[in-house]
Amino acid sequence: MTTELFTQYLFAGITYGIIYAIVAIGFNIIYNTTGIINFAQGEFVMLGGMISISLNPLMPLPLAIGFAVLLTTLIGALIEMIFIRWLVHPSVLRMIIITIGISILIREVALHIWGEGVRSLPYFYGNEISSINILGTHVSPQVLWVVGICSVIVALLSLFFKFTPLGQEMRACSANRLAATLCGINAKNMVTLSFMLSAGIGALAGCVVSPITYTQYDCGTGLAIKGFTVAVLGGLGNSMAAVAAGLLLGILEAFSIHIVPLAFQDAISISILLLILFIRPHGLFGSSEAAGLKEF
Amino acid sequence: MAVKNYLSVLILIAVVVFIQLATKATDTSYYLTQLTMTGYYSLVIIGLCLVMGYAGQISLGHAGFFAIGGYTSGALTTYNLTLLLEQGNGLVSFLSDKGLLISTLDLYGEAVLYVNPWLAAILAVILTACIAFFIGIPVLKLKGHYLAMATLGFGIIIFRVVLATEIFGEADGISEIPGFTLFPGVCINGDFGNRVMNYYIAWGLVLIGVILLLNLIHSRVGRALRAIHGAEDAANAMGVNTSRYKLYTFVISAVFAAVAGIFLTHYNGGIGPSEAGIMKSVRYVAIVAIGGMACMWGALTMGVLLNFMSLRGMFGSYDDAVFGAIMIIIMLFAPNGLLNLPVWQKISKSIAGKEKG
Amino acid sequence: MALLEIQKLNRRFGGLHAVNNVSFNLDQGMIKAVIGPNGAGKTTLFNLISGNLPANSGSVFFDKQPIHGLKPFQIARCGISRTYQNIKLFPGMTALENVMVGRHVRSKAGFLSGMLNLPSCWSEEKEIRKKSLELLELLDIAEFADTEALSLAFGQQRAVEFARALASEPKILLLDEPAAGLNIYETAEIARLIIKIQNRDITVLLVEHDMSLVMDISDEIVVLSFGEKIAEGLPAEIQKNKEVIQIYLGDDDA
Repeated sequence: MTTELFTQYLFAGITYGIIYAIVAIGFNIIYNTTGIINFAQGEFVMLGGMISISLNPLMPLPLAIGFAVLLTTLIGALIEMIFIRWLVHPSVLRMIIITIGISILIREVALHIWGEGVRSLPYFYGNEISSINILGTHVSPQVLWVVGICSVIVALLSLFFKFTPLGQEMRACSANRLAATLCGINAKNMVTLSFMLSAGIGALAGCVVSPITYTQYDCGTGLAIKGFTVAVLGGLGNSMAAVAAGLLLGILEAFSIHIVPLAFQDAISISILLLILFIRPHGLFGSSEAAGLKEF
Repeated sequence: MAVKNYLSVLILIAVVVFIQLATKATDTSYYLTQLTMTGYYSLVIIGLCLVMGYAGQISLGHAGFFAIGGYTSGALTTYNLTLLLEQGNGLVSFLSDKGLLISTLDLYGEAVLYVNPWLAAILAVILTACIAFFIGIPVLKLKGHYLAMATLGFGIIIFRVVLATEIFGEADGISEIPGFTLFPGVCINGDFGNRVMNYYIAWGLVLIGVILLLNLIHSRVGRALRAIHGAEDAANAMGVNTSRYKLYTFVISAVFAAVAGIFLTHYNGGIGPSEAGIMKSVRYVAIVAIGGMACMWGALTMGVLLNFMSLRGMFGSYDDAVFGAIMIIIMLFAPNGLLNLPVWQKISKSIAGKEKG
Repeated sequence: MALLEIQKLNRRFGGLHAVNNVSFNLDQGMIKAVIGPNGAGKTTLFNLISGNLPANSGSVFFDKQPIHGLKPFQIARCGISRTYQNIKLFPGMTALENVMVGRHVRSKAGFLSGMLNLPSCWSEEKEIRKKSLELLELLDIAEFADTEALSLAFGQQRAVEFARALASEPKILLLDEPAAGLNIYETAEIARLIIKIQNRDITVLLVEHDMSLVMDISDEIVVLSFGEKIAEGLPAEIQKNKEVIQIYLGDDDA
């Protein structure tokens, strides 16, 4: 393998990996506040991309992206308020079916609005053939946008959770909901906020990666599965670990093209999912005792 | 087992016969095709009902087992072994001598040699049971979301495998699968003349499945399964080998799905990768949940209704959307299934009250 | 003759040493109580014996056979049965059905015979049902046989759990706080019941907070505190033991 090919794979892996990580963080935020795994997480990414593509002809790109993220965030809030907010102690199975149902609905609505076609946002800088020379390899500037924006998302999120009052309230909610309520924190609003946050970051990721991966009405499902794989790989609920795990999965997938036919590429991430679930379900960075205490 | 349990079976038989006669009377015999297919899908659903409702394990990958059954028997009965026989292949000659192969001529008058559907079916079932057994051992140790995801992952792997493998026809699937002659004169295939016979074969199979499962539920094992679902630790402490019971239940439901796959494949004369897809698995789970997980009759009724309407194309291009919407609505308002709604209990209580007073 | 031998049993939860080098024996036919303040590790000890929790180190011998490391259902098959502090009845099943599950180790109809509803199952089912009803009658709750178990009153649920534990005809019965939540009269009933069980040649190990019950019926007592065994002996000895008094009532310093 030449150095050039190696670096190509590496950057491809990092690009996809960090997107998986964002989806995983979206899972983690909602999981931490509610214990629910939101199967519709991938659809937020798809919606971000699709909405911004539709808005793009009407306004400059940054505005289109901004509105797309805003709209998707609102959709996230709506979903929570319509379907989730008023449930009392739902069982795991019930939540799984409801969120899968939501995911199917969003997908079908997207199909009827945007059709089956594959679309994409224009490149933020240059076009599909422009490239920058990094480490002797030609890399699209869009890759830098993806890595840059996603890193900013991760950094802002950790600052938000650590230092802002709202972020700390959300953390309190996820640690012990009852105690948080007793402290005057409105837990129900925290849940809505977590959905909004997950939807927002998902949408932004969807916009920024659209020129490279294209966007299609059904691209959400695959992303959700890979995002969940990454979340479990890092340890459910641990967002920093999700970043590491995401990069790991992305790079593994990218390099696997060298050995495995393209048709089986998906099988790689699923095999990793099954492997981690069978051998170490609390994730690479999680502890089994802490995981045992949480009620998934 | 009490006689009253068999009463519902008799009602089922009556309904099945009634519907067939009704279609004859109203000249809508073409409905029988979709009703037959619905029957086979119902077989998957009652098997899944056992796993989800009684053993309490969610499986989002059951379409995978359906596909393993259908594709295996489909591939074995369409793969032309003539060349191998001429080349003197040992296994093929052995099978041929034992009369386990069927030789016919295809459309062009060329010799075609394929595996006897009975043998193919048996092999497919054994393969499915083995895969279910080995997958089940690690998967069933998981719970909740992890179990759901693992089974989903399994289903996707099967989907990818059939989509990418040449012998399974890749994206086109397998077609021109020959009919399955169960006994002389009784054949499973799509011929219009055999419509009524196939309808009864399908629903006869469902009936056998229902009886077997009802027996199991009312037996010592069924009690143990309900105990596992209710309080697994306590069941274990009472001497129930919970992992083994969950595994066996899983394998049985996988076999039900595989048998449905085999028969439906021969009936349709073909199978495609969509039968292994996520949407199919999700549908099976949705129907079981909607029907009320521990209520086999609920799942059966809902399954027939929804599948029939879907197959007739009544939902048009909104097929998946309708399922998604139904899933959400039912789970929001009737989490224990449609037939377990408090309103039914109120009605039955008021009826009982009227009788007394 | 020591039916159950517990040797240097240890169990940690992270930094908490819940059971710390506990050893004692249970002789055949006796009633032995394990007492101690809250958090002493009593229920953890039970979970270790019944196999619901794996031990970090130590061994448990039942009739000279090692049972540490076995799964709960295997231990049940050896002849050890238990009840739970917080009652773990099976939801969605009647009282009778709950007890019938208890009879699982004494029956053997499997999947195949179950599905085919073979005649061999019929007689076994009848026997299971008969024995289970007898146990319900023993505990005076036969009238609730066909009621959903979880809809019964607390004391009645306790009785169902008792019947379920007895259904397997165990050699050792582990009772986890059988008198919890019961008033004086119900506790006296339990005491009579446990003596009745002892007369049926079943050895009893119980965890209990109710001192009157413990002092009344126990042949021997083991005292745990913060995971360690601090005393073992006859009820009269334990009552006078200075350390035991101290852990329950505190120091006389103030």
